[in-house]
Amino acid sequence: MTNGPILQVEDLTVHFPLKANPIQALGQGILRQLKRSDPADLDDRIQHPRVHAVDAISFEVGRGEILGLVGESGCGKTTTGRVVLRLIEPTDGKIVFEGKDITHLKENQLRPLRPRMQIVFQDPHGALNPGMTIGQAIMDAFVVHGTADEAEAKDATLRVMDEVGLTPANDLFSKYPADLSGGQKQRAVLARAIILRPSLIVADEPVAMLDMSIRARILELLLALRNRYGLAYLFITHDLATAKFVCDRIAIMYLGRIVETGPTDLIFRDPKHPYTRALLSAIPVPEPGRVRERTLPRGEVPDAIFPPAGCRFHPRCPVALPTCGWEGRDFVDFLEQRRLDPAHAAPDESALGDLEDWRVAKFEARRRVREGDPAAVVGYVRSMLPQATESLANAVVGVDVDRDQVVVRFREPDPLAPKLVEGRIVECLLY
Amino acid sequence: MTDTILEARDLTVYYRTKKGPVHAVDGVDFDLRLGETLGVVGETGCGKSTLGKTILGILPPDSLRSGSLRLRGRELLKVGPSEYRKLRGSELAVIFQDPMTRLDPLMTIRDHFVETIRVHEPNVSKAEATERAAEALRSMGIPQSRLDNYPHEFSGGMRQRIMIAMAIVLKPKLLVADEPTTALDVIVEAQILDILRDLKRAYSMSLLLITHNLGIVAEVCDRAAVMYAGKFAELGSVQDVFRRPIHPYTQGLLASTIHLQTKELRSIDGLPPSLLEPPSGCRFHPRCPYAKEICIREEPPMVEYRPGHFAACHFGRDFL
Repeated sequence: MTNGPILQVEDLTVHFPLKANPIQALGQGILRQLKRSDPADLDDRIQHPRVHAVDAISFEVGRGEILGLVGESGCGKTTTGRVVLRLIEPTDGKIVFEGKDITHLKENQLRPLRPRMQIVFQDPHGALNPGMTIGQAIMDAFVVHGTADEAEAKDATLRVMDEVGLTPANDLFSKYPADLSGGQKQRAVLARAIILRPSLIVADEPVAMLDMSIRARILELLLALRNRYGLAYLFITHDLATAKFVCDRIAIMYLGRIVETGPTDLIFRDPKHPYTRALLSAIPVPEPGRVRERTLPRGEVPDAIFPPAGCRFHPRCPVALPTCGWEGRDFVDFLEQRRLDPAHAAPDESALGDLEDWRVAKFEARRRVREGDPAAVVGYVRSMLPQATESLANAVVGVDVDRDQVVVRFREPDPLAPKLVEGRIVECLLY
Repeated sequence: MTDTILEARDLTVYYRTKKGPVHAVDGVDFDLRLGETLGVVGETGCGKSTLGKTILGILPPDSLRSGSLRLRGRELLKVGPSEYRKLRGSELAVIFQDPMTRLDPLMTIRDHFVETIRVHEPNVSKAEATERAAEALRSMGIPQSRLDNYPHEFSGGMRQRIMIAMAIVLKPKLLVADEPTTALDVIVEAQILDILRDLKRAYSMSLLLITHNLGIVAEVCDRAAVMYAGKFAELGSVQDVFRRPIHPYTQGLLASTIHLQTKELRSIDGLPPSLLEPPSGCRFHPRCPYAKEICIREEPPMVEYRPGHFAACHFGRDFL
């Protein structure tokens, strides 16, 4: 036991490689030949496609602390929860649990630590074996890890059932999951986690599947258990309101990165990252007639296989700067958006051709001009740029003719690093 | 009333099961006005989705329906399956929670639209159908160039916008949306809710929005119906229902909803009842902190405590 944090994570990265089958890979190779694109031109993201689930994140969870990991689906929060328990393999970075580096421990070395690191999933029904009684399920965890005999194990089980409110414990001990309500099942899952006296519980959306009228009781139980045992939680949720209520500190995740971390009250009172602001303004509030001003980010979370360059939020950010990472495909997105407007659709199509004809590679977008004058296309692109988002337009460093091609080039983004801003850590060029 | 588009009187739906009838909707009364959005809110198993399915005529064949449900004066409970097919699309349309299960993975978006339009208007040419599809898609922020894409090529939010475009392409009078944003992330959810709000303005359409999320009802709806164990517990303007709720269940539900202003965690004791054997009297009595003897014995009628604000509670007057 140490007095340091329970969990320390440094530059943790998890990438999932995409496995292309050999025929597909061959096909792609032939296509590349046909299109005669130079592999050197191609983005590394395209040459080695992989899902950037978690990308170089760092955080700490203190003893008895509740850290909320908040973000939308696909942001990497669940992957983070699993990788810190070594349920999936990290690609890079370091995980320190109770002062011990566990990043590369083998499963048999991890096993003695497992009782101290537990996980609770969203779906309590799926987490319980339908053929096992509640008592067996809870006791089983004890038997697997403990050395207690049957009678001791049963005693401990009944005690822990009492603690989580599964009462009368004696009756419920021999019930099957199907006989329990959703809230009771989640209590059973919690009982199974805490019977081993862990120091850390990763709670992955523990109340998302429960009805509103009973959610509060499970959250109260989580808080009570923390107070009693000094448990630390990594509390994973998409629901900012719940996070606000239970967490001491919050880390906001977007597309594999932590964009803002800080004490809960600070983040809710005065969010700094534009994404945090967007998330907060989007939550529906049960107060009719409340006038709210909000600028919703347009579009949706991009594909984690090709995360945007620079700040990953830049294509949707309402306050993006020219230095935030604008790149070739942002230009093609801009062209696509313009075609929603019937006034632009026809002239754009005749001047710039099919969107599919544009090739993008990192900080440029280019298109071969088969007939007509490339210089005329350049002129057209230059004339339409002022109608794009100002920061995108200002990030363009050149619209030129290159042999028979038109090339739109963007500046490279300024380096992005987490910064300490008024008591919290923010990763944004605004600060 | 001429501006009532949908009128339910003592609407009751039972499902037959091996264990006996399930009282999913039990004697529900309401009117939906032209251009109005009514939110039906409740927890899992309260019967809100059954209510939606009843309106759309897509209940399992052996379910029992009684009472009356009129769409622009026409008794829906007497409409046969083939008639109903004609109503769906032109008179009433639906948006479900998961658009992926409603779109055919082997059909392009163009094909979906052409089929939808031509089922109802067989004389429309393919070109005209495409033109209308493109317009509906554009109004949802999806460029025409994507007409020939397949459903899997779109993101979740885009699929839901395609579903909405398909639902409105025939300009129906009534749109039923069953948890339309539950599968979406909060920012995309807000985008879709903005779209739904604009829709009723642009198309003077009535919207029945079924959800478990009180925040959505407060933001999008004109009136709210709170459903509990197959019955309406309370019905009124969102202002009344949210700011001065009468029914103890509504009060409890509002108090237990965790939102950004929540200061204290609250919950409602007990669990929602089984609809196989609903409690006697007021169905909420086993969980109600104010329950008295009469609540166990007698079912409370829907009473208009304020103009347009109804609640089914024996002691409603105490909560005014």
